Amino acid sequence: MRKPFAWTAVAVAVAVLTSRGFAEPDPTGGTLAWALTSGDEKAYHHAVDQYNQKHPTSKITLQQFSNDPYKQKLLVAMGAGNAPDLFFNWGGGILKSYVDAGNVVDLTPEFSKDPGWKTRFFPSVLAAGTFDGKIYGVPINGVQPVVFYYNKKLFEEVGAQPPRTWNELLALIPKFKAKNKSLLSVAGADRWTYLMYAEYLVDRMGGPQVFSDIVAGKPDAWLNPAVVKAAEMIQDLVKKGAFEKGYAGVSYGNGQATALLYSGRAGMQLMGTWDFPNILNGQPNFVKQGSLGWLAFPTVEGGSGNAADVAGNAANLYSVYAKSTHKAVAIDFLRTAVLSDANVDVLLQNGSVPPVVGLESKIAKAPNAEWLTFIYNLAKGAPSFQLSWDQALPPAEADALLTQLDALFLLKITPKQFADKMNQAMKR
Amino acid sequence: MTGSPAALSDRGARFAMALPALVVFAGFALLPMALVFVLGFTSWDGLGTPAWTGAANWRAAMRDPVTQMSGWLTVKVMLIGWVVQTPISLFLGVFIAGRERYRAVFAVIYFVPLLLSTTAIGITFRALLDPNFGLSTAPSLAFMAKDWLGDTDLVLYSIIGVICWQFIPFHTLLYQAGVRQIPPVLYEAARLDGAGRLAQFWYITLPQLRYTIVTSSMLILIGSLTYFDVIYVMTEGGPGEATRVLPLDMFLTAFRQREMGRASATAAFLVVAGLMLSLAMVRFSGFAKMRSQQEGL
Repeated sequence: MRKPFAWTAVAVAVAVLTSRGFAEPDPTGGTLAWALTSGDEKAYHHAVDQYNQKHPTSKITLQQFSNDPYKQKLLVAMGAGNAPDLFFNWGGGILKSYVDAGNVVDLTPEFSKDPGWKTRFFPSVLAAGTFDGKIYGVPINGVQPVVFYYNKKLFEEVGAQPPRTWNELLALIPKFKAKNKSLLSVAGADRWTYLMYAEYLVDRMGGPQVFSDIVAGKPDAWLNPAVVKAAEMIQDLVKKGAFEKGYAGVSYGNGQATALLYSGRAGMQLMGTWDFPNILNGQPNFVKQGSLGWLAFPTVEGGSGNAADVAGNAANLYSVYAKSTHKAVAIDFLRTAVLSDANVDVLLQNGSVPPVVGLESKIAKAPNAEWLTFIYNLAKGAPSFQLSWDQALPPAEADALLTQLDALFLLKITPKQFADKMNQAMKR
Repeated sequence: MTGSPAALSDRGARFAMALPALVVFAGFALLPMALVFVLGFTSWDGLGTPAWTGAANWRAAMRDPVTQMSGWLTVKVMLIGWVVQTPISLFLGVFIAGRERYRAVFAVIYFVPLLLSTTAIGITFRALLDPNFGLSTAPSLAFMAKDWLGDTDLVLYSIIGVICWQFIPFHTLLYQAGVRQIPPVLYEAARLDGAGRLAQFWYITLPQLRYTIVTSSMLILIGSLTYFDVIYVMTEGGPGEATRVLPLDMFLTAFRQREMGRASATAAFLVVAGLMLSLAMVRFSGFAKMRSQQEGL
């Protein structure tokens, strides 16, 4: 009786140890892709399903994660040498760090073989994944400029007009306060939400060169008067009571900040285009009744930046892992399934605008055409498309920036101190 | 014992039986810890090759005001956590140690937090404490209308409150078991001598619970050195740096700033601090000797 039991135990142990789960991306399995949940996930599924139907022998498996844990998971997987064949990313500084470590496939030769593939996309979006003239990422979802969303119904109630200039915006603050509402909703607990104000105000004050200098690490780039002025304007908003009560503890991820907008407690929220599908799927009636309005970030009086500039994320990219054993399949998938005509339709249905040229007539026929056209023209016509600062900067400087910005919004430091501290963080 | 073949094979068997556990412990605890110490002397972004930098990380950690503040926050969480949790768990433990049925009903309710995952607790409290949609919007709970997670002076106490809510049930369970171990004859004798409830608690229950108190305190204090999850879920260390305790500082340094070497130095410090703290407590409480509290019974 005893011996069979012992052998069973050994057999089970061997089975457990050798089974998958030990090494995460199973080397014998199909091609693995990692992406995020939410936003344009319908399109990610669509692309994979479409590809798998056509290629039953070389299937792609899609795994999805939520935003913050994903960034850490990817870093660990890269460091440990078992990243997925295709990985979702934002381009910019983080992708560059993986490129520098030799973890990402250079897609330039593939693009040269198929020139039509390259010219399909907005150049400003491909630029987010291009370093030293080499292309490392392919766009997979909608362009994500940051815009102001506003609650039309609440604006009517308060008797306010959507602001076209910064002074008009400031003038609205007391109007909303008088009705016991707040003009702006911001998810302060997430911090990157603060960043959007800084990105736009610095650009409107001093143009895109100010931040280009910062990314390039030019001496004292953070001490630029435009940075200090933008920080002053942010504190002015806080002091005038533009934001909702307890804004520092409100989070975006669980929907609180957006809920303030559609439940009529706050007039406006500055947010990326990914908020539109969120509202469309979560509060379809709010959009159908025409209560959701949107506008580009206002012009700022006295600033030298172009009011047509936008900030945000160009679009998300898929990149191919250098140690992947399924490179051919991965690249074939990127070329034929991602942002294919059918895939573009899925994105448009979802309220997202893919960075693909010549979509005007398609967009005009799509539902929510007004929104799609607004974003399409905003992204296409932007003289400068500023990539989110936390993605553009090296990780240590980006972390310092979020912390200092938090302190700035809490009035714990002065605008001058903000610039000084960032200048020190850049030097380190 | 030594010498005889029987004893030898006995020893061999003991060693063989301990081996799997030893291998697992060495492989998954000792080796990573040693590696963390080594990494503490390098500069590494998690991707390339670690570069040897000597004691630079350790010097930087000593001087960095953020790390110092994180250390101070950790001490605060540790001490306030202990001061709040110990009396409440002791009281609840004594209360539910009684055999009456209504106490068992209360016990079931008290233990609910033990069943919840930490992330669920964090997300739930975050929603409850939200200034715009949280508890404070209920008509009779207007006093809850404070900026619990957004006010830099208040947020640490909100977090400590949630930590206490989560862990008090566990320590209550320890105390309940401790109280039930106390022989009833002690109470009978005390009652004959005319001791009241308070006197019984003070002169019998409390001294008899001595080792339970030490165990529970040790778990609270050393546990505080590793609290991370609730804080990460609720505030990510913010607003500003108001809740950036040392373990969280370590995590953010490693995965946000990508300075694995610096973070490893912090991790090594936490290991050493935890070890010293537990050694000191074992030594000064007489815990290691575990002398019987019930001589003569």
